[in-house]
Amino acid sequence: MELLDQLKDSLQKGESEQVARFTKQGLSEKIDVRTILDDGLIAGMSIVGAKFKDHEIFLPDVLLAAKAMYVGMDIIKPLMIKEGIPTLGKVVIGTVHGDLHDIGKNLVGIMLKGAGFEIIDLGRDVPAEKFIEAAVESDADVIGMSALLTTTMPVMKKVIGLAKEKGIYDKVKIVVGGAPLSNEYAEQIGAHAYCYDGVNAVDRVKEFVKA
Amino acid sequence: MIEIFEIPTSKVVPSVADVLLEQGIQDLKSANERIRKIAETSIANYKKYSQPAGIAREISCGDFDIIYRGEGNNEAETPLDLIYPVSSGLVLFAVTLGEDISKKITSCFEKDEFAVGSMLDSAASAGAELIADYVESLYRKKLDENRGYAGTMGLMRFSPGYCGWDISGQKRLFEYLQPDKIGLELTDSYLMKPLKSISGVFVIGPKHIFEFEDNFAFCGECNDHSCLERIKSLTENH
Repeated sequence: MELLDQLKDSLQKGESEQVARFTKQGLSEKIDVRTILDDGLIAGMSIVGAKFKDHEIFLPDVLLAAKAMYVGMDIIKPLMIKEGIPTLGKVVIGTVHGDLHDIGKNLVGIMLKGAGFEIIDLGRDVPAEKFIEAAVESDADVIGMSALLTTTMPVMKKVIGLAKEKGIYDKVKIVVGGAPLSNEYAEQIGAHAYCYDGVNAVDRVKEFVKA
Repeated sequence: MIEIFEIPTSKVVPSVADVLLEQGIQDLKSANERIRKIAETSIANYKKYSQPAGIAREISCGDFDIIYRGEGNNEAETPLDLIYPVSSGLVLFAVTLGEDISKKITSCFEKDEFAVGSMLDSAASAGAELIADYVESLYRKKLDENRGYAGTMGLMRFSPGYCGWDISGQKRLFEYLQPDKIGLELTDSYLMKPLKSISGVFVIGPKHIFEFEDNFAFCGECNDHSCLERIKSLTENH
């Protein structure tokens, strides 16, 4: 089996050690870093995402694959920086102010990173202003916000308002997610999209970045 | 009178099936060996890091009315509106798994142990429900043994944030119940800390008062309609 296929295959199986081995082997065989990333690691995660969407695999399988992906990324990251290889885009994520639930946000971050995005994770209990500051500072493409409490959902609307005031609303797309949210709520507050899970978030963010 | 419960962890351990269900895996057989092993690891971590505790306090209907009305944000009509005024007893409760398990979950994610962390989070969510079930079962036992109701009465629990009872209802519930005695606190956004905690009310009464349809205005937004299973279990359980 060709090396990149072996890399993709190991990643899908969540075999971190094999992913590390094949990544290093790829580099030693002078395979282009970009190729290892796009045709090996990201391609492997893309298959994982598709299988998860089709209910062929479950969340733990996705997370094991993501961990393997991270192992591969850690190996090629210094070379990516050296060669100036850009990521697919930058996404600022966080759980909004007043809320400490972060599992959903973490899962979205993991999937987005696995898809090739650079993630600026602000953590939990993030004030509205901080989302905007981080987006401006990092020249982000997307802001992703998570809330699991109905009482904290209004912070999302505040972030959108601040984005408009700052004049970045058209450039920086804003996606929201969390159990109490819905498409209707996202529309109501002016979010660009509601994402119902990590895989959906990857799809939506990719659409925005390509557009 | 406030009652504090010491809850042995061994009494509130989720099964592999419970944990996998929280992960969206309905059928145990569809989970491969690797996933099942991670679930078993999560249960081992659950046992190690859980510090289950519970607190409860009986409350009169009049006092509960004040707590339930809370900040005035409830839905216009809720199942509780129909049930508690005709109940025979009301008990406020709160349970928690403690802080250590939440810290362990965070630590797993920080170390890129995503599957383990996610599974432990699921185990903790399942476990919190089991603790609430355990305290509920203690009150069911009281109903049957001490009050001589022996199967004629039912008990059902409701929590702020669900079934039309606004989450701001936590505020007065906390003031009355004082769950800080078991290490629980409530933030300004009505978030309980530690996160893996449940609070609410046990409603006790004749079984027929708990029979309601899931056709309230907010039922359309509910993901699981678990009330139906609970009503069925209660009315079929003798």
